[in-house]
Amino acid sequence: MAYDKFTVLKSSAVPLPIENVDTDQIIPARFLKATKREGFGDNLFRDWRYNADNSPKADFVLNNATYSGKILVAGKNFGSGSSREHAAWAIYDYGFRCVVSSFFADIFKGNSLNIGILPVTVSPEFLEKIFAAIQKDPKTELEVNLDKQTITLLSTGEHESFQINGYKKHNLMNGFDDIDYLQSMKSEIVEFAKNKV
Amino acid sequence: MSKTPSTLFDKVWDSHVVRKIEDGPDVFFIDRHFIHEVTSPVAFLGLETRGIGVLFPERTYATADHNTPTINQHLPVADPLSANQLKALEQNSAKYGISHWGLGNPKNGIVHVVGPENGITQPGMTIVCGDSHTSTHGAFGAIAFGIGTSEVEMVLSSQCIMQPKPKKMRINVNGSLSKGVTPKDVALFIISKLTTAGATGYFVEYAGDVFRSMSMEGRMTVCNLSIEMGARGGMIAPDETTFNYLKGREKAPQGEAWDKALAYWKTLKTDEDAVFDAELTFSASEIEPMITYGTNPGMGIGISQLIPKASDVDGGVATFVKALTYMGFKEEEKMLGKKIDYVFIGSCTNGRIEDFRAFASIIKGRKKAEHVTAWIVPGSHIVEKQIREEGILDILKAAGFELRQPGCSACLAMNDDKIPAGKYAVSTSNRNFEGRQGPGSRTLLASPLVAAAAAVTGYVTDPRELMN
Ligand code: SF4
Repeated sequence: MAYDKFTVLKSSAVPLPIENVDTDQIIPARFLKATKREGFGDNLFRDWRYNADNSPKADFVLNNATYSGKILVAGKNFGSGSSREHAAWAIYDYGFRCVVSSFFADIFKGNSLNIGILPVTVSPEFLEKIFAAIQKDPKTELEVNLDKQTITLLSTGEHESFQINGYKKHNLMNGFDDIDYLQSMKSEIVEFAKNKV
Repeated sequence: MSKTPSTLFDKVWDSHVVRKIEDGPDVFFIDRHFIHEVTSPVAFLGLETRGIGVLFPERTYATADHNTPTINQHLPVADPLSANQLKALEQNSAKYGISHWGLGNPKNGIVHVVGPENGITQPGMTIVCGDSHTSTHGAFGAIAFGIGTSEVEMVLSSQCIMQPKPKKMRINVNGSLSKGVTPKDVALFIISKLTTAGATGYFVEYAGDVFRSMSMEGRMTVCNLSIEMGARGGMIAPDETTFNYLKGREKAPQGEAWDKALAYWKTLKTDEDAVFDAELTFSASEIEPMITYGTNPGMGIGISQLIPKASDVDGGVATFVKALTYMGFKEEEKMLGKKIDYVFIGSCTNGRIEDFRAFASIIKGRKKAEHVTAWIVPGSHIVEKQIREEGILDILKAAGFELRQPGCSACLAMNDDKIPAGKYAVSTSNRNFEGRQGPGSRTLLASPLVAAAAAVTGYVTDPRELMN
């Protein structure tokens, strides 16, 4: 599925300083019944965001107008649990294009890259700085530069570089996906498959 | 010249790399692909949008499990959204020539139960499915892991995915397990030591006496839970136990093909001097029956222990306190004696015949505790048949329990099997996340023996007290 190219993102950020946020919190299983990729953003963090009667929980950050932006900043081990790509869809569909944490679960990270969300891994110290800066000024902006592989706190100019493999970076910057690539090498795959049970 | 020693994981991985991309992932060939109704529809939609087809339909198997009811499966599925997903799976399978085991099919069941039991899962294979507990199949010496829907689309259209090769970790458990300690306890113990992120970025090989003497069912339980320590998957070198399990299963090789396969399977082990990026060793004698007290599978303790203090655990105090508040527990409390409301035995972690045998061994001659609701859900129709044939159903009935029909059920509570808000469930499944078993539900993960002890006493009880 096509997604928007990612080059430089300058935005304020939404803080979620909780560790081990699992995919069941990002999108509970009962909202996985669709057969199309539509409307998942409405149920992002459903049970943290809404009461059982669907009224919003005032103390949850997504219900707090003070915080907004295209970047979600979360505690370590973000996205653990199930392989549901719906978790990444919900984050994208809600409007986030980048998630910052000091540690990501594997499958979530792969799923994000595949659908055009950039997971940025920063040091625990830098993560703390970001949380502190947002707490001080909710409008504080971050700049994520994919080409240079840097993330900068614009208020202070403090920055860090992050890792991403060259292939994925190229894809994200150009809006390509793996399926295009795999289609282009079909005959090589068919040949390879001849020796496989 | 002697070859550099390699691990079991290297041997299987390297033989499936179609192309290496510089500064990028490997183009990785997939031998077997399982699909179910929840994570496949959008992938099929993607194929249609792009106007491409399924490259090797004979390498994919479809089963309905996540969304299915566990009673009255002969009736139309009541929830229209669930029914729609089930229909999509059936139609997509028919359209592309994929084998489909839908509701009512005698081979239907949870994807990670039916794959092995029909002999589809074999040593040395690469296996994926849009479900993180695909790691289960690693019990056969396969590389098996969960993928997202974009990757499901990749496998359907090209039989490959793009994967960077993970690092390698070996976890050894030596010695022999004490009374009442099951494979589930071994896994929960390891996760409690490693935390849920401890093996992120790694693929695990389980080695040592404990796994060598474990049944295939037990090995599947352990490999199943690899994902809960953050690992993409786990595997165990195939041996006579593996070969005996596979022999004669429908999709296993037969005759000459069997001999040829067997010769290859016997080469699938880690060479003596092979190097791992990380290695851990535990002693079996350290492990007692386990139970979780928090909201991730790493928050587990031996059943006789106290809930730890926030200040004694790694990680953030706020996160720990949030978990205990959700569970309604306090630091330094005992788990033993806590009143429970529900018991769930089933799932791809503990929904195999051996698990029901263990459960029955405790409830035999006892009665279900009056205030407990128990959901007993076999992993597949084949398991259900075994339960009947072995007389386990009679034991269940005599004790006041009912048997439901196969499916994922309360493991993820996508169907009607939801634990009500605030209620406590001792569950043999794999995740105790907030709301995993229904909004507001509180899950205590444990083995079938601990679940049985809770089911007959109504409280968290040490199963060893009920064993002869
Ligand atoms: S039983 Fe649970 S973990 Fe296993 S496949 Fe079903 S939902 Fe996933």
